[in-house]
Amino acid sequence: MKKTAHFMEKSMNVVFTICGFLAVGFVILITGFLCVSGTPAIGKIGIIDFLFGTEWASTASTPSYGILPFILTSVYGTFGAIIIGVPLGLMCAIFVAKMANDKVSKAVRTSVDLLSGIPSVVYGLVGMIIIVPMVREVFNLPDGANLFSAIIVLTIMILPSVISVSETAIKTVPKEYEEASLALGATKTETVFKVVVPAAKSGIITSIVLGIGRSIGEAMAVMMVAGNVANMPGLFKSVRFLTTAVASEMSYSSGLQREALFSIALVLFVFILIINLVLNLIVKKDKE
Amino acid sequence: MKKIMSIFAAAALMAAMVTGCGTNTDVPTDGAAVSEQVSGTVATDGSTSMEKVIGYLSEAYMEENKDVKVTYNPTGSGSGIQAVQEGRCDIGLSSRNLKDEEAKDLEGTVVAIDGIAIILNPENPIADLTIDQIAQLYKGEITNWKEIGGNDAPVVLIGREAASGTRDGFESITGTEDACKYSQELTSTGDVVQTVASNPNAIGYASLASVKDTVKAIDVEGVTPTTETIQNGTYKVQRNFVFVTKKDTELSGAAKAFFEFATSSAADKLIEEAGAVPVAR
Repeated sequence: MKKTAHFMEKSMNVVFTICGFLAVGFVILITGFLCVSGTPAIGKIGIIDFLFGTEWASTASTPSYGILPFILTSVYGTFGAIIIGVPLGLMCAIFVAKMANDKVSKAVRTSVDLLSGIPSVVYGLVGMIIIVPMVREVFNLPDGANLFSAIIVLTIMILPSVISVSETAIKTVPKEYEEASLALGATKTETVFKVVVPAAKSGIITSIVLGIGRSIGEAMAVMMVAGNVANMPGLFKSVRFLTTAVASEMSYSSGLQREALFSIALVLFVFILIINLVLNLIVKKDKE
Repeated sequence: MKKIMSIFAAAALMAAMVTGCGTNTDVPTDGAAVSEQVSGTVATDGSTSMEKVIGYLSEAYMEENKDVKVTYNPTGSGSGIQAVQEGRCDIGLSSRNLKDEEAKDLEGTVVAIDGIAIILNPENPIADLTIDQIAQLYKGEITNWKEIGGNDAPVVLIGREAASGTRDGFESITGTEDACKYSQELTSTGDVVQTVASNPNAIGYASLASVKDTVKAIDVEGVTPTTETIQNGTYKVQRNFVFVTKKDTELSGAAKAFFEFATSSAADKLIEEAGAVPVAR
């Protein structure tokens, strides 16, 4: 009896180890694949021309492969979404954690969870049918598919992660801090902004980094609202993101064009890597 | 009986291949040849625009002939023609007609026609454009609809992504390759139709088969795009989907059978489903 239990223990141990290394294996596989398939084109095009070239015309008779428009669009789009989304999300988190009564905060939390579960193609569809025409009419533009519409969609998409992570952070602030502040005569608003938010700082920063990660990696929704023309970014110009540059051309691409798309994926991967590193640093610092 | 029929069909086809140059085969194959048991691989190579048509045809064919495998290598019309010339594939796929020097030793057979509708929002009063006007619009030389008799509103150019076959077709027919000033490049025909339907100033292009009531397909050079006007060639924004074969070499059994199937009336429905227009028979 003991022997079988021992055997069971041993074999399950092996299974767990294999599963544990599976994730590591996938990361290594993907990193290796992207490096191998992404670097040749950068070499052929030239890293300066590739990263800082302002023109992308992959199928022209004399093709040019400059991805600066995509990089800037991704950076601006993400930045815009953070600028609008973080204050909104933070206020919502404060409301849920501190202001609302149990019933209301439960209802809000449920809808936030639901929001995070909506597939990105649905965000894109809603954006395409409602936001794009609305932007066109409100700003009196010829066409509403532009960076601004994409920022709005991305803002809505990052809200759930910003809200839920900051809410958790706010909730972990010791109650004594708040009570002390209130006892000293500070109002509730003062207490929230001067005591609770600073105390929950690292959690809030984590939520921002998560939001950045989500919005820079989003492809489907922005593809449907941003217009997808490889212009240098402008708020009301049709733009193409790093993700959509890969997604929109991959299906038919060939030769150097295809290799260049892998290189774009590599650049995107490096961005995500940096974001994750930053996130790890924050978490580490917080623990110390 | 089956065998006799198939021999007859094959002979008729051979005759057609010898006599008919660059035109469609008018052989009334009755489907008997199609069901004949053949086996082997049919290698097709060429036009990316023909992906959908060849996909529908090969899928249906392989469904009926389990022993045949039809492969498709999307390399582009030029490479496909070269591949068949060098004997690297059985059937080359070209979305343009053969050039004179190519037609010396190659045979082109039109299997389907790609009709591209120019679509506007129903609110736009314009109902007819010339190819020249379309080219000027897409090159950004005409930027306001009033310049060609429409409302005083900016023109919004909707197109497809760079690798799209429809875009390739549209740009090559209107002579606007690499010169289009798009305001949106969308990745599917459905998106183009949807966007044009929701923006009163938009103009777009899409395969005729996918045009819906939410947009209007305008006349080009005074001709309304319909299956008939595309088949008789009066509607100009169209191009041929061509099967390219070698003149002096006979196709293998499986390749020949697939060729017959694709050029028979049995393929018409599949071609329509794939968004193209079958040839007039």
